[in-house]
Amino acid sequence: MANEQIIEKIYELIAPLNKKGIELAPHVTFASDLELDSLTVMDLVADIEDEFDIVLPLNLLPELETIEHVANAVEKISNEG
Amino acid sequence: MDLLDKFDATVALRESLPFEKADPFKVVMEEIISETEAVIDGRRTILAGTNNYMGMTFNEEAVEAAKDAIDRFGTGTTGSRVLNGTYGGHKALEATIADFYGMEHCMVFSTGYQANLGMISALGGKDDFVIIDADSHASIYDGCSMGNATIVRFKHNDPDNLERRLKRLPADKGKLVVVEGIYSMLGDSAPLKELLEVSKKYGCMTLVDEAHSMGFCGENGRGVAEQLGVEHLVDFYVGTFSKSVGTVGGFAVSNHPKFDVLRFVSRPYIFTASLPPSVVAGATKAIEAIKRSSNRRAHLWENARRLHTGLKKAGFHLATPEAQSPIIAVHLPDPMVGTRFWENLLLEGVYANMAAPPATPSGVFLMRVSVCAQHTTEQIDEIIARFIRTANKIGLELKP
Repeated sequence: MANEQIIEKIYELIAPLNKKGIELAPHVTFASDLELDSLTVMDLVADIEDEFDIVLPLNLLPELETIEHVANAVEKISNEG
Repeated sequence: MDLLDKFDATVALRESLPFEKADPFKVVMEEIISETEAVIDGRRTILAGTNNYMGMTFNEEAVEAAKDAIDRFGTGTTGSRVLNGTYGGHKALEATIADFYGMEHCMVFSTGYQANLGMISALGGKDDFVIIDADSHASIYDGCSMGNATIVRFKHNDPDNLERRLKRLPADKGKLVVVEGIYSMLGDSAPLKELLEVSKKYGCMTLVDEAHSMGFCGENGRGVAEQLGVEHLVDFYVGTFSKSVGTVGGFAVSNHPKFDVLRFVSRPYIFTASLPPSVVAGATKAIEAIKRSSNRRAHLWENARRLHTGLKKAGFHLATPEAQSPIIAVHLPDPMVGTRFWENLLLEGVYANMAAPPATPSGVFLMRVSVCAQHTTEQIDEIIARFIRTANKIGLELKP
């Protein structure tokens, strides 16, 4: 799957959590822009895993700050799988 | 740059809570009257938040054995288990625990926290996967951080969610699934049969932490796996002495023929001093007593059910539909109500735990009670009555 399609999918998954109505873009961060707490992030990660049928290890999460970071990780893991 | 500045938000959060007469993080037990009562701030208080499930802290045989061990072996070992810190008492305790679990091998660690650190960090190597429940205790998360394995998390107590994740992992890699028997905040028990069966289906080894279930779950008090008849699916048990056993320390047991190698590779086992001889002697006697304590187990469950039924009838919002353990947790709407409830309950003479994120799952606020087998029926009724008085006093709406 191309990166743009992955990003679009992630936007869809984030939409219900985007309580502040921030305009979604690749550089938007989960913690400071979207202000998601760690528990919400955990649910989002589970949704992303199920959507793309991948495993997003806990070890990777501290480095995934923006939507683009996550999309890149999803793309990399999908290709490896 | 001041390295402590990064905690300013934490300080601000704590200062925003309206504690007036007591602070849950500064409680001092001035005098311990019994397993179930203490003097706090000059008041005689029912202890309902000490995890002393089986009431073993004043077990006569344990106390005598601890005193005798101090006389004979001194106050401490001053050394690691792998150097000068293994006494006859440590080996006897390991044999007692192995016998209690009906397993071949046991390793005693200096705390339950270190038992999880030591097992998970050693078992999960660089190319392995460790799969954990999302609501796992901090010691399990920290064991994962300490090791080099890839960590995968599944939804709390959800075997289907676990299976979806296991399906995606490579068949030929080492995999360890880590679950708990009872989860300590909500007091909910795990569907171990389904979780362990699915783990075995995908070729995983399994570690079950029975810290909050040892002593009273199962016919012999071995935990939830015994209660559900799935002990054959458990590769490693981890447990603690700081709850039902009434002292401090941790252990791991297993039938694995190579188990003993962990003594040479588990850093939290090696790089710390071993338990003092008195603790080891007391724990041994307490575990022997637990094995024979079926009446005490029955009374503990009666207490847990009575408290759950009483609070539910009064209209409190309970965390579990029925008493699944001696941990009975009541939901409170927010930190402000939680704070005032905890403080006023203490003034009423009941010590319970105020539990807040990140210790609790899903950001909930709880008044957490842990029941003791030595609580009398009258004390349980008194706890219920004081909960109701506290709710009325602070204006918490009850919905019977």
